[in-house]
Amino acid sequence: MKANGCIRVVLAKPGLDGHDQGAKVVVRAMMDAGFDVRYTGLRQTPEQVVAAALAHDAHVIALSSMAGSHLPFCTRLKPLLEQAGLADRLWIIGGNLPAHDHAGLRALGFAGVFPTGSKLDAISDFVKEKLQ
Amino acid sequence: MSGSSAPRPVRNESGLGIQALYTADDLEASGGLAMLGRPGEYPFTRGIHPLMYRRQPFTMRQYTGFGNAADTNARFKFLIANGQTGLNVAFDLPTQCGLDSDDPQAEGEVGRVGMAVDSLRDFETAFDGIDLDRITVSLTINGAAAILIAMYLAMAKKRGFDLKKLRGTAQNDILKEFIGRGTWVYPVGPSIRLVGDTIEYCAEHAPKYSPVSVCGYHIRESGATPTQEMAWAFCIARAYADEVIRRGVPVDEFAGRLSYNFNIFGNLFEQVAKFRAGRGLWARIMKEEYGASQPGSMWLRMIAGGGGGGLTLEQPENNIVRGAYYALIAALSGAQTMALCCYDEAYTIPSEYAQRISLRTMQLLVEEMGLAETVDPLGGSFYVETLTNRMRTEMERIIAETDAAGGIVKLVSEGVIQSRVSAQAYRMQRAIESGAFPKVGVNRYRSDGEEARPVEMHPYKPEDARAQVASLERLRAQRDGAAVAHALARVEADARSGANLMPAIVEAVEAYATVGEITQRMVGVFGRYREPVRFDHRSEEEVAA
Repeated sequence: MKANGCIRVVLAKPGLDGHDQGAKVVVRAMMDAGFDVRYTGLRQTPEQVVAAALAHDAHVIALSSMAGSHLPFCTRLKPLLEQAGLADRLWIIGGNLPAHDHAGLRALGFAGVFPTGSKLDAISDFVKEKLQ
Repeated sequence: MSGSSAPRPVRNESGLGIQALYTADDLEASGGLAMLGRPGEYPFTRGIHPLMYRRQPFTMRQYTGFGNAADTNARFKFLIANGQTGLNVAFDLPTQCGLDSDDPQAEGEVGRVGMAVDSLRDFETAFDGIDLDRITVSLTINGAAAILIAMYLAMAKKRGFDLKKLRGTAQNDILKEFIGRGTWVYPVGPSIRLVGDTIEYCAEHAPKYSPVSVCGYHIRESGATPTQEMAWAFCIARAYADEVIRRGVPVDEFAGRLSYNFNIFGNLFEQVAKFRAGRGLWARIMKEEYGASQPGSMWLRMIAGGGGGGLTLEQPENNIVRGAYYALIAALSGAQTMALCCYDEAYTIPSEYAQRISLRTMQLLVEEMGLAETVDPLGGSFYVETLTNRMRTEMERIIAETDAAGGIVKLVSEGVIQSRVSAQAYRMQRAIESGAFPKVGVNRYRSDGEEARPVEMHPYKPEDARAQVASLERLRAQRDGAAVAHALARVEADARSGANLMPAIVEAVEAYATVGEITQRMVGVFGRYREPVRFDHRSEEEVAA
C-alpha cells in the first residue's frame, strides 16, 4: 500500500512492558519526519492494537517491545490484523529484539525490524521508502 | 584571557557551565562551605553517619529474579554465597501490574523479566532458608506494592521474625511509575492513598521497615537531567509526606524510614556533586519545611546504582568498565546501598557470570581500592564543593518551578513531566546519533563490521509458566475459600470507606488470596489509571538555563 499525502502511523506498546522512553523518542522522530503519529500508550492487547490501527486508518502499524515478549505477542497479533483487513499495511517493530528472533518476526509479517541501536532516521526513511 | 587560548565551553548534563580550573574564589562565589558541616551532623552533605563505610561498607544488592520462586531462591543463595549482603527482588510484569499468572494479559509474560508471584506461598518459597535478620530484602514493586509488602510481612511473621525489628525496603514509588517504568494500576489519587497507607501501617507495625524508596532513578532513565532527577524525587517524597502528615502522623514517626533510589551514570563529578548537594538539600527541607527534629528524619538514605541508561548494546564488555566507574561514583557519594546493572543487561537477564562480575566490582572497591577507609574523600575539592553548591541551587530552582506550576502531582497527572523528559530523551538520542554527545563504542572508536562477542542469553521456559499456573490452580482448590471471600470483601469495603487498607490486605494475603484477586477488588472501587499521552513539549524549549 502506498500513502497519498501524510503517512499515518499507530505506534503501540504491546503487552505489559512499561519501558516507553524509546517508543516516545521514535514517536517524536516520526513527527519530525512529517508523519501523523498516534501513540497508544502502554499495555496494549492485540485487539487494542488492531482497533487503534483501524480507528486511525494507519498506513503503518509500529510496535515497541523491550521486555522480551515480542514473539508471543506478534504471533497473536498477526491473525487479528489479517482478519481486520490490515494485511496490506506496513508492520514494523523495534526495541530489545535479539538477533535470533529477527527472522521469526519477518516471517510473521513485520517488514521492518529495528533492534536497539537502530538510527531514528533509518526508521523514518524505511517507512518513506515503502510507502511513497 | 585571549579568545584563542580560551578552553572550549563545556556544560554538564544539568546545564551548568564547567570551568577548566576551580579555585578558592570560585568556591566562595558559589556559597563557600556554609552547607558542608561534618559527616553525621546537619546538614549531612558529607554523609549521614560520622564514620560511614569505616563502620559498615555499603550494602551490595544486585537486582535479581526470574522464572518461579524456586529458580529465584537458588539465584539468591548463589549471590549470598558470593558475598552479597542484601537482596533486591525483580518481579515479572504480571505481578508488577497486579495480574495473576493465569490472567489472559499475562500470556507470554509469566516469569519472563522477574519472579512470578501469585500468593504468599511464592514468597515462602522465594525466601526459604534466607536469614531475614542478616540479609535485608528490597522489593522492586510499585503498582502492587501494598500487597507485596503485606506478603513480605506475613511471610516474615510466619517464620518467627519480630516485625518490630524487621528491616527491608519496598520501592513503592508510584508517582515515578507514571513518569517512567509504567507498572501503575490505579488512578493517581488512590495510588497516593495506598502509598500513604503503607507508610502509616509500617510506622506502627514494622517501624524499622522502609516502605518507600523514592526513585529519581527511573525519571533519569526517562530523560531527566541529574538535577531534575533529584529535585523531582524530592517533590515526590514531599507529596507522600504530605499525604501521611494530613492523616495526623507526626513527621518524625515516619520520615526516618523514607529512602531513595538514584542513578549513577554520566559525568563522575556531576553525579558526586548531585548526591552531596541532595543530602544537604533534603536535610534542610525536612528540618525547615517539615519541622523534623530527629536527625534520622533528615537523612537522605539511598541506594545509588544501576546506571542502565549509560550502558550500551554495542561493545558490551565496555559496560564492565562503565560499571566499575559507576560503582566508584556511588562509593565516593556515600550511598548506603549499591547495585550495578550487569554488562549483559542490555541483552538479557544477567547470567550468574555477569552478576558475579558486578558483585566483585563492588567488593574490589572496599577490599583493594580504599573506598571504605575515609569518609567523603572528595570533600574540600574546589571543583566538587563549588559544583555541589551550584547543583543544590539548581535543584532548589527546579523544586520552586515545580511548586509554582501547581506541584508534582498535578504535573504528573497532566503528563507534563512525561512530555518534558521524553523531549529531552529525544534530544539526547539525536545528540548520540550525531556524535555531539560522546558514547564510546557507539559513536566513537567503532569499526565497521566488528563482530560482537556473543552474550549468553537467559532462556525463557514456557513450561515454568505453565507450572506456575498449575500451582495457582492447586492453591485455589486447597485454601479456605470462606476465609478468602471474607478477606476480599473487607478489602473492598475498606477501599470504599477510606480506611487504611493494609490490615485488610494483610488478612487477605494470610488467607492466600492472590495478587490478582486483591487488585481486582481495589480496581472495582478505584478504577484504572488512564495515561495522559502528550508530546507538546519540544526539545528546543528544554535547553537548560
